[in-house]
Amino acid sequence: MAIEAVDHSHWSPLLGRLWLDAIPQDPIVLATFVAVALGGVALVAALTYFKLWGYLWKEWFTSVDHKKIGIMYMILGLIMLLRGFADAVMMRIQQAMAFNGSEGYLNAHHFDQIFTAHGVIMIFFVAMPFVTGLMNYVVPLQIGARDVSFPFLNNFSFWMTTAGAVLVMMSLFIGEFAQTGWLAYPPLSNLAYSPWVGVDYYIWALQIAGVGTLLSGVNLICTIVKMRAPGMTLMRMPVFTWTSLCTNILIVAAFPVLTAVMTMLTMDRYLGFNFFSNDFGGSPMMYVNLIWIWGHPEVYILILPLFGVFSEVTSTFSGKRLFGYSSMVYATLVITILSYLVWLHHFFTMGSGASVNSFFGITTMVISIPTGAKLFNWLFTMYRGRIRYELPMMWTVAFMLTFTVGGMTGVLLAVPPADFVLHNSLFLIAHFHNVIIGGVLFGLFAAINFWWPKAFGFKLNQFWGKVSFWLWVPGFWFAFMPLYILGLMGVTRRMRVFDDPSLQIWFLIAGFGAAMIAGGIGAMLIQFAVSIWKRDELRDETGDPWNGRTLEWSTSSPPPEYNFAFTPIIQDLDAYDDMKRCGVTRPVQGFLPIHMPKGTGTGIILAGLSTVLGFAMIWYIWWLAAVAFLGIIGYAIFHTFNYDRDYYIPAETVAETEAARTRQLEAAGA
Amino acid sequence: MTATTINAQSNLSPDQLRAAFYELEEHHHPEGGSTMLGFWIYLMSDCLIFAMLFAAYGVLGGNLAAGPGPKDLFDLKLIALNTAMLLFSSITYGFAMLAMEKNDRARTQLWLLVTAAFGAAFLFIELYEFSHLIHEGATPMRSGFLTAFFSLVGTHGLHVTFGLIWLFTLVIQISKKGLIPANKRRLMCLSLFWHFLDVIWIGVFTFVYLMGML
Repeated sequence: MAIEAVDHSHWSPLLGRLWLDAIPQDPIVLATFVAVALGGVALVAALTYFKLWGYLWKEWFTSVDHKKIGIMYMILGLIMLLRGFADAVMMRIQQAMAFNGSEGYLNAHHFDQIFTAHGVIMIFFVAMPFVTGLMNYVVPLQIGARDVSFPFLNNFSFWMTTAGAVLVMMSLFIGEFAQTGWLAYPPLSNLAYSPWVGVDYYIWALQIAGVGTLLSGVNLICTIVKMRAPGMTLMRMPVFTWTSLCTNILIVAAFPVLTAVMTMLTMDRYLGFNFFSNDFGGSPMMYVNLIWIWGHPEVYILILPLFGVFSEVTSTFSGKRLFGYSSMVYATLVITILSYLVWLHHFFTMGSGASVNSFFGITTMVISIPTGAKLFNWLFTMYRGRIRYELPMMWTVAFMLTFTVGGMTGVLLAVPPADFVLHNSLFLIAHFHNVIIGGVLFGLFAAINFWWPKAFGFKLNQFWGKVSFWLWVPGFWFAFMPLYILGLMGVTRRMRVFDDPSLQIWFLIAGFGAAMIAGGIGAMLIQFAVSIWKRDELRDETGDPWNGRTLEWSTSSPPPEYNFAFTPIIQDLDAYDDMKRCGVTRPVQGFLPIHMPKGTGTGIILAGLSTVLGFAMIWYIWWLAAVAFLGIIGYAIFHTFNYDRDYYIPAETVAETEAARTRQLEAAGA
Repeated sequence: MTATTINAQSNLSPDQLRAAFYELEEHHHPEGGSTMLGFWIYLMSDCLIFAMLFAAYGVLGGNLAAGPGPKDLFDLKLIALNTAMLLFSSITYGFAMLAMEKNDRARTQLWLLVTAAFGAAFLFIELYEFSHLIHEGATPMRSGFLTAFFSLVGTHGLHVTFGLIWLFTLVIQISKKGLIPANKRRLMCLSLFWHFLDVIWIGVFTFVYLMGML
């Protein structure tokens, strides 16, 4: 269609290959652009009118407080969820329409960008920010620390992730996004077959966000290893902290692989190197191997922290210590290690031979053993517990039912001969949505409902939470069970039009499911809005609304900047539950000045320059790229000349804050 | 449960309980206590990037695409000289660290500058080798082998370049602030980085150059 008519080969020294033809002609994109632009202008105007820029800059954007950074990560994830879900709905409508000679409403160029963007956004800019945000918020509180090991780095990591998200969003309105699928296999992603800017947007967005993810991984490992409160031995760490530790180990051990493979693709595209070319001795199959050596650990990076969430939620809402704590820890460690030994199951059909395929098929099946152990642990925790079906527990039960099915279809796919039939089919699509939605997303919803009162001091509205739950969970089953069936019938993924009219009914059912999920997301947004509106009715004064078991519930909600006026000493697993059982009362005098890190604008400035660098590289604007690169180096060096990075919160301020907390607790007790 | 574990049965007064469960006397946490661990973890992640480049070299190293191979291109004497430069720079960095331990600011800076001189010599020889290869038509675009070779060796060279920028920054910072704990920590980090690059180079020298000439 229109895309072939446009010649993108021009280049000028000033603007590179950026020119007026970069603005998409597609009416759908144009309408979205107008809506987003108007919304953006309205937002900027509102922030200016209410004089909020200074507040945002000082209290949030430049803050190094792990709690604020965690919340910003969650907001980023939520915004990107809406974008990624819009892509999903567009695909569902297209596939439900394009039968009986109908071309649907999306041309091939647009459809291919949508499925690529959907995958990239949902993994890198929804699931990752959500998971990272959650770990950022909860881990330091759970281990009784006042912040992370490297608070500035934390702020920088967040802004780098945001910079990647900004580039992906830009691609919607300036140029195009990749049409390669979310992993951009060469040779399709080579310059010869993807000549314009789509793949370059993909590369630079992931590369810049990847820096943030890696550094945040280093940061959280150090935090957990070095900053635990006295007495918290490894085997007294809360399970969520354990799973976070394993996830961050996976991040540090996997993301450099992504960085390396993206750099190789960059060299192929920009300088004509031969890593993945078809001639001159390159190997496209090496790309597939390398990207999955990152890609498989990545899915465990996403799910492990949520396993931790389910553990915390199950034990809290069953009013019991977690069943099999140490087996849970060892299961997590085994999954961490095994996740590196299975990557080849993503391409059994590539022709590695029967022995190699068998090895990876078996390792894949073995992973289901520790995962199964975890499920039994949760079930046994519930057994004879006093279960309270609050929203986090409801999501946990929905997870157990849904995720188990997804896990079992995964074991089916792990059998190489079966995989030869199901490879690249909608069965696979159904499988990974089953585990990612049923595991990661349901876990996040459990976590949001669980820790929201800690972060903001009031609970979430239950009615709208239940509406959201009952739309989401059946909506998921309606949306993805038809895809299992279609996959078994041999329908491959990423199809834009269909010939066989008998398939249409399944796509219509899937579309219905997507509509229910849309309702579920809407209800969740209403839940947030209603809860904020009626926050005084939902207020929790105690800081411990669920009768929690771990340290984050021992401080106020929201916690003070310094988290804990006195560092707690840990005597047992489930430290706060132990304190409550022993009848410990919090100290109300003898406060000391508290040493805290200072906020800095360096993170946002460096990430802003990185966005410019990425944009300039995407559009071949070499002078701007050089300026931005030198700017990054120069500013980073300039930052190192600032040695004045911390301050003390005076003892009087701590005393005032804690006195207010005492009054609050007394009022709540009365 | 250990003997020291406090449980609900122990009859402790509220004050005793508070003392058992809260650090009432704040212990001073050493500033930057996680820095070395964090930097080491970062280095291991960097090591993985090199692992990928070594793997790529392992896969593509034999794909000459009818172009020149290692035996046609490598000049082992030059590479031996180059290797010597880098190894000397590691020794001199060690001397800088010894001087730092003795709080000898001038000597620390001197040895750092000597290290920089060896590092710059290494880079100069590497660039000479690259330009020579490119001049002969052995560009990274020529074959899978040359792509992998230039990427691996070039990435190492880029690291050395950034190490040099860092080193000069530190020399200035030591002039301004002296050997304060923050600067000592930074010197330790750069030390790790510099020796790490040495280790990587030993790998490059062995697997790329020596084995290439077999």
